[in-house]
Amino acid sequence: MVPLSYYLVLSAILFSLGVAGFIFKRNLVTLFMSVELMLNAVNLSFVALSYYFRQLDGQIFVFFVMVVAAAEAAVGLAIIISVFRNRQTLNVDEISLLKL
Amino acid sequence: MYEILFFVFAAAAVGFAINLLVQRHPIYGAISLIGVMASLASLYLMLGAEFIAAVQVIVYAGAIMVLFVFVIMLLNAGVEERTNRSRMAKQLGAPLVVLLLGLLTSLVYRNFPPDAAVRFGDFPGQTADIGRRLYIYYMLPFEVVSILILVAIVGAVVLAKKET
Repeated sequence: MVPLSYYLVLSAILFSLGVAGFIFKRNLVTLFMSVELMLNAVNLSFVALSYYFRQLDGQIFVFFVMVVAAAEAAVGLAIIISVFRNRQTLNVDEISLLKL
Repeated sequence: MYEILFFVFAAAAVGFAINLLVQRHPIYGAISLIGVMASLASLYLMLGAEFIAAVQVIVYAGAIMVLFVFVIMLLNAGVEERTNRSRMAKQLGAPLVVLLLGLLTSLVYRNFPPDAAVRFGDFPGQTADIGRRLYIYYMLPFEVVSILILVAIVGAVVLAKKET
C-alpha cells in the first residue's frame, strides 16, 4: 500500500527534471527528449489519479497523450533534420534566426 | 512487497532522468530515456493499467525512441559543446526549477491527505472496458486523433524530403 502522494511527488520530480533539461541543455535533440520526459511525468499522475478515483478516463487520456506525442515527435524530428541540413549544427544558441 | 517494488522503480526512473541531464552525448540521453520509460511501464503495471503499460512499451520505448535514435545516428550529432549561452538561463534556471518542484510538492501534500492510499489488485478496469469506453464515449476524439497522426506523417515526409 503506497500513498497516492508518493506517485504524484514522483511525477513532480520527473516533470521538474524535464524542465531543467529544457533550460540547461543546448542540443536540439536533447531538448525534444526533455519534452518527452515531461509528457511521461504527466502520464504517471494521470494513471495514478485514474486508479485512485476508480475512473478509466485518465487512462484514455494517457492514450491520447501518447498518440499526440508520437505525431509531435515525427514532425519535430523532421524539422530537426531540415534545420541540420541547412545549418550543419544542432546547437540552439546558433539557431536563433528563421532566415538563412 | 509493493512498497519495495515502488521504491525500486521510482529510484530507477529518477536515476535515469538525472542521467539524461548529465550525459553530454545525445545517444546516451536517448538510452537513459528508454530506461525511464521502462520503469514507468512497470509502475503502470503495478497500478493495474496493463493496457497503458503495453502501449508505453510498444509506442514510446519502441516506436518513438527508435525514431529518436535513428535521427541522432542519421545526423551524426556529436557531443554538445559549451557555448557562452544566455546568463539569465544559467543563473535563474536552477532556482526556478527548485521553486517549481517545491510548489508542486506542497500542492500535492495540501490536497491529498496521507491516508489517501493506493490499494493494489482491486481495480475493476480491464483492457476491454477501456476499449468499450474509447469506442462509445470517446469516438470523436479517437477519429480526430487518427486524422491528426495522418497529417503529421504526411507533414514529416514533406519536411524531411530532399529538395531537388
